[in-house]
Amino acid sequence: MLLGPALAVSGVLFAVGVLGVLLRRNAIVIFMCVELMLNAANLAFVAFAQQLGVAGQIFVFFVMAVAAAEAAVGLAIILAVYRHRRTVDLQNINLLKG
Amino acid sequence: MALPPLTLLWVVPALPLAGFVVNGALALVAPGAKRAVSLVGVGVLVLAFAAAALAVLELAQLHPSAPLVVGYWDWLPVGDLQVAFALQLDQLSAVMILVVTGVGALIHVFSAGYMHDDPGYARYFAYLNLFVFFMLTLVLGASFPVMFVGWEGVGLCSYLLIGFWFTEQINADAGKKAFIVNRIGDFGFLVAMLLIFWYTGSLDFGTVFPKAATTFGAGGPVITAITLFLFLGCTGKSAQIPLYIWLPDAMQGPTPVSALIHAATMVTAGVYLVVRCGALFALSPVGSATVAGVGALTALFAATIALKQWDIKRVLAYSTVSQLGYMFLGVGTGAYAAGIFHLTTHAFFKALLFLGSGSVIHAMHRAYHATHAHEDAQDMRNMGGLARYMPWTATLMWIATLAIAGIPPLAGFFSKDEILGAAFAQGAGRPVWYVFWGMGLAAALLTAFYMTRLMLYTFHGRNRTGDREREQLHEAPPLMTAPLVVLGILTVLGGALNIPPLFGGGARLAHWLAPVTAAALAPTAEASPATEWALVAAAVLVAALGIVGAFRLLKPETLAPARLAPPERGLGRLLWKKWYVDELYDAILVRPVLWLSREVLWKVVDMRLVDGLLVNGTAAASRALGWVGSRLQTGEVGVYVVLFVVGVLAVVGAVVR
Repeated sequence: MLLGPALAVSGVLFAVGVLGVLLRRNAIVIFMCVELMLNAANLAFVAFAQQLGVAGQIFVFFVMAVAAAEAAVGLAIILAVYRHRRTVDLQNINLLKG
Repeated sequence: MALPPLTLLWVVPALPLAGFVVNGALALVAPGAKRAVSLVGVGVLVLAFAAAALAVLELAQLHPSAPLVVGYWDWLPVGDLQVAFALQLDQLSAVMILVVTGVGALIHVFSAGYMHDDPGYARYFAYLNLFVFFMLTLVLGASFPVMFVGWEGVGLCSYLLIGFWFTEQINADAGKKAFIVNRIGDFGFLVAMLLIFWYTGSLDFGTVFPKAATTFGAGGPVITAITLFLFLGCTGKSAQIPLYIWLPDAMQGPTPVSALIHAATMVTAGVYLVVRCGALFALSPVGSATVAGVGALTALFAATIALKQWDIKRVLAYSTVSQLGYMFLGVGTGAYAAGIFHLTTHAFFKALLFLGSGSVIHAMHRAYHATHAHEDAQDMRNMGGLARYMPWTATLMWIATLAIAGIPPLAGFFSKDEILGAAFAQGAGRPVWYVFWGMGLAAALLTAFYMTRLMLYTFHGRNRTGDREREQLHEAPPLMTAPLVVLGILTVLGGALNIPPLFGGGARLAHWLAPVTAAALAPTAEASPATEWALVAAAVLVAALGIVGAFRLLKPETLAPARLAPPERGLGRLLWKKWYVDELYDAILVRPVLWLSREVLWKVVDMRLVDGLLVNGTAAASRALGWVGSRLQTGEVGVYVVLFVVGVLAVVGAVVR
C-alpha cells in the first residue's frame, strides 16, 4: 500500500537532488544534494520492501553506512580543498582541465 | 686405398679456415703470441699445399674427362632451385689450388718476416688464412652459388687487408673504394647467375654447361647478355677497364697482401671464371670479342700509366692490371690454356716482384725509421743504387723483370708469346683480332720499358736515400729472401710447364687442361710455323727494344729525390695523373651520386618526406585528435555531472524501452 505515492515522493526527491548537483556551485550544497539522492533511493527501497520482502530494508542500512562513510571522507576533502584554495566554489576548482 | 676418389678434398679449404679460427682467437686473446701465430698461420698453408698436391696426384692418376664432384650437404633446397654444397676438382681447379696454396705458402713465410714488428700480427694472419680459405672455395666450388661465396669472401678479405692499417684515412678509403667497385662487378655476376638459372633451371656447373649449347644456341641475345654480365663481374674482381681503378689504390695494404691477393691469386679469379664458363663464352662471339678487346685495351692502357708512376708498388699495380689484360686477351681469344699458363707464370714472377719491392720498402722504411726521417719509403726517387746494399733482392727482381718483359727462356716469354700468337692466328678469321694483337704487342714494348725503368731507378745509379740513412740500408733477413729465391727458381723454370711444340716442347699444360677446354674451345686457327717464328721474333725484338730503350732514354743519375723533384709537365703529367680517370669518375659518377644523396635523398626524401610527412605528420595528426578529445575535459565538475546524467538517462532509456 502507498507504493505509488511513496515512489512519487522518491522520484521528486531524486530529481531535486540531481538538479541541485547540476545547478549549484557550492561544494557543500552539492554534497547535500547527493545525500538527498541517496535518501530518495532509500525511500524507494523501503517502499518496495513492503511487497518484495525484507531485502530492501537491509539494503537501506548498507546505503546509510556507505553514506555516512562518504560524508566523512567527502567533508574531509572539501575541508582540505578549502584550506588550500580558500573557496569551495567548484567553478574555481578546475585543475584537471584538458 | 679403399676410399672413393677425393674423399679428403674438403681438407684443402678446411685447413686455412681452421688457421683463421685459431689465429682469430689468438688475435683477440693473446695478440702477442707471435710464435704460435706464425706456426699456425704458415703451417696450415704448407699442409694445405701438401693436401692439394695429394688431391692433384689422385686426379692425375684418374685423369677423368669430367670433373670429380664431391657433394657434402644440401645447401639451398628452395623449390626448383637445388644447390648442394659441393666441391669439384678438375684439371683447371688443380692448377688453381696449387698456385693458391703454393704461392700462398711462400708469401705467408715472407709475411712472417715482413710483418714481424706489427702490433696486428695475429689479426693479419687470421685475415690472410681466411682469404686463402675463400679463394680455395672459389676455385673448388662445383656450382655458381658456392663459387659466389668464395667470390664475395675474397672481396671481403681484400677489403680487410687493404684497410689493414685503418687508422690512416687514406688506407680506409682505399679499402672502401675496392669494396664498392667490386660490388658493381658482383652485381653483374649475380644478374648472370639469375639469367642462367632462369633459362637452364640449374646452377650446377655439371648441369649448366652440357645444356648450354642446346638451351641458348650460338650467338643468341640471351647468351650474349649472360657472358657480358659475367664479364662485368670479371672486370670488377680482375681490375679491367672500366672497373680497374680500385687495384692501384689497393696498394695501401701491406706489401705481401698486394703480392698474394692483388697480384697472384684473387685478381686472377675473373680469368678463372671465364675459363670455367668457357662453354658459355664459346657460344657468344660478341661476348668473347668483348673479353679479348677489353683485355687488350686494358693491357695497353695500364701499361702507359705505369710509365710515369713514382711509387714502386703503383708501377707494379698497373703492371698487374696490364698483365691481367693479357690473360683476358688470351681467354677471350679461346686460348684458355695460354690464359691459364700466363696466370700461373704471372703468379710466380709478379709475386716475386711484389715481395722484392716489399723487401726494398722494408729496408727503406727501417732506414728512415732509424733516423726519424719522414720521407716516402715507396717513392723510387728516394731510392737508387740499392743493388749495392741488397744484392739478393736486386738479382731476383732482375730475373722477374726479364720474365715479365718476355725475354726467353724465362716463364713470361712462353706464356705471353702464346697469347699473342693465338690472338694473331684468330685474326685470320676475324680481322679485329689483328688490332688486339697490335695492342698486346705495344703493351709488351711498354712493359719492358717501365719494368726496366723501375729497376734502374730503384737499384742503379746514385743513391738518393739520404746520407745518414744510407748506412742503415741492409738486405732483408733470410726468412724473407728464402721465398724470393724459391719464386725466382719458379720464374726461371715455370715456362717448362707448357713449352709449345714450336720449340720442341710437349705443351704439357695445354694437354693437362684439354678435358676442361675441349668442351669450350672456340675455333682457333693455326698459324704456319713460319708465321709463328716471325711472331716470336717480333715479341722478343719488342721486349729487347723496350729494355734497351729504357737504358738509353732514362738517366737515373739526374733524378732528384721526391722532396726536390720538379713537377711533371705535358704528356708525362697526363700519365702521372693516370689519364685523370679517377677525376673523371669523380666528376661523372661520384659527385652526382653524392649530390643526389645529399640534395634529394637526404634533404627532400628523408628530411621532408620521411621525417616531415610520415614521422612528424603522424605525431601532428594524433596531437590534433587528442586536442579535440581534450575539449571535453573542462575540469568543471558540473559539466562532468551533466554528461554523466545524460549518459545514465540514455542507458536507462535504452534498457527500459
